[in-house]
Amino acid sequence: MLDKVVIANRGEIALRILRACRELGIKTVAVHSEADRDLKHVRLADESVCIGPAASVDSYLNIPAVISAAEVTDAVAIHPGYGFLSENADFAERIEQSGFIFIGPRPETIRLMGDKASAIRAMKKSGVPCVPGSEGVLGSDDDENLRVAREIGYPVIIKAVAGGGGRGMRVVHGEAALRNAIALNRSEAKSAFANDAVYLEKFLETPRHIEFQVLADSYGNVIHLGERDCSTQRRHQKILEEAPAPGISTALREEIGERCVRACRNIDYRGVGTIEFLYQQGEFYFIEMNTRLQVEHPVTEVVTGIDMVKQQLHIAHGEPLAYRQQDVTIRGHAVECRINAEDPDTFMPSPGTIILYHPPGGPGIRVDTHIYEGYQVPPYYDSLIGKLIAHGESREIAFARMINALTEIVIDGIKTNIPLHREMFNDSAFRAGGIDIHYLEKKMGLV
Amino acid sequence: MDIRKVKKLIELLQESGIAEIEIREGEESVRISRYGSDKSLAAARTERTANDADAAKPSRLSQPEDKTGPRGHIVTAPMVGLFYRSSSPETPPFVTMGQRVQLGDVLCIIEAMKVMNQIEADKAGVVKAALVESGQPVEYGQPLFVIE
Repeated sequence: MLDKVVIANRGEIALRILRACRELGIKTVAVHSEADRDLKHVRLADESVCIGPAASVDSYLNIPAVISAAEVTDAVAIHPGYGFLSENADFAERIEQSGFIFIGPRPETIRLMGDKASAIRAMKKSGVPCVPGSEGVLGSDDDENLRVAREIGYPVIIKAVAGGGGRGMRVVHGEAALRNAIALNRSEAKSAFANDAVYLEKFLETPRHIEFQVLADSYGNVIHLGERDCSTQRRHQKILEEAPAPGISTALREEIGERCVRACRNIDYRGVGTIEFLYQQGEFYFIEMNTRLQVEHPVTEVVTGIDMVKQQLHIAHGEPLAYRQQDVTIRGHAVECRINAEDPDTFMPSPGTIILYHPPGGPGIRVDTHIYEGYQVPPYYDSLIGKLIAHGESREIAFARMINALTEIVIDGIKTNIPLHREMFNDSAFRAGGIDIHYLEKKMGLV
Repeated sequence: MDIRKVKKLIELLQESGIAEIEIREGEESVRISRYGSDKSLAAARTERTANDADAAKPSRLSQPEDKTGPRGHIVTAPMVGLFYRSSSPETPPFVTMGQRVQLGDVLCIIEAMKVMNQIEADKAGVVKAALVESGQPVEYGQPLFVIE
């Protein structure tokens, strides 16, 4: 097994990775910023290295600092977690050039799927259904762009090729607004991603967000672990996820799952990955692929019984996949609530000291968090402080357990979005299943 | 350690006026303390010897803080890497103790990703102490030199 791994991340996911490493007897190195000396996983790791000041750009996004830390600790591999450098192909490449193992896909795969336009082309080639669109980046000919949009049919959405995760997008409802919208999107994309290439897609009005989890080794073995429904979103950020997606038949799951597997085989995928779709009126439409572990991986883990982070480590170690597709079964139902340190009404971040923390428990409850009583949530990073997962034999039982857990859990000293979660589980449309990605914002009166 | 033994010890503590009791049995030991009027039940902890890997604390790359800390200006590491006092094993160190330095004088090298980075003095003065041995790894913010 790998001897020593650098955990190039922070918070709950760093702790998750540390736990998987410990289970496999892998030594751990926690690299952290000055503001994160008291992170739970930093205290538990075998070694820790401070790699920079609080600001992410000088620490967690500082490629030389992370690689240098791997050098001085004689580590063998680097786990990037999610966010930060996890989908940075240059990072993956430099790690490999420096003689380390990057726990994730090959750099060229990250690059291929990181460019949204080339990702769509690759998926199309493998028979994965895509959203009707401009089939490539838009040129500078306004009339041509107008023609393309007319063919797709309004409303259309302009997306930045280098964007993703909800960033760099703009909806256009009519011809009159198209030219200006494209120009605006281009200039925003240029300053945010240093790349002003944009493309057009049909804008789906009531889609659900359903994504498929894949797992691939270095030998061309690929399997899928079913899907997740992540339609509860605010400003393109997921808040609540569940597996399996309500209303998706076994036959449909197998069909789309198989296409995802075929696509991954064709692009020589390695590691864990998620293929994201919009689902509307019985049809799946590919939007993007995330070439990393996702925040919501626990719901898939609890319904399949497969530890995805351990699988990442096995795969990075060069082992063949321990599972064939027929070994994968979906048992019961799971739901996850993302707990953010934020004001439940204004969504303003709420850093500060946690003076009282009481976690929930009981059958089917899993809590993935790094917080503890006395921990100071810093203001420099995103507000995710933990995930509450409930699993049960049926969706009803999973929901009942989650509702219990949401009444048991206590986090005092900072504000959290727990009240919002309690409200969601009271919402009849959510409980019925099948809400679309605009539902939460409409419910909150934001649209 | 037998939980019944621990329970007996707790009872002993509660019945008597003892504030703290510690018992060592071979490689295992138990310390039970009374923490004041807030807690009626004392907390019992089982401690294992330092050989037990689980109880080991994480080793930090930086040195623990000295109680009688060095005075003067402390030059800290601006990056992670391997610290060297000289440009090669054969050459003499960039600075010696007692040497006067100007702002911008090279004090040492930190090697990161095969690049030798020269670290410059950010204050003029006399080098009073070198806090890291040549060849040791350093982390960001780790104290390297004291300049008075």
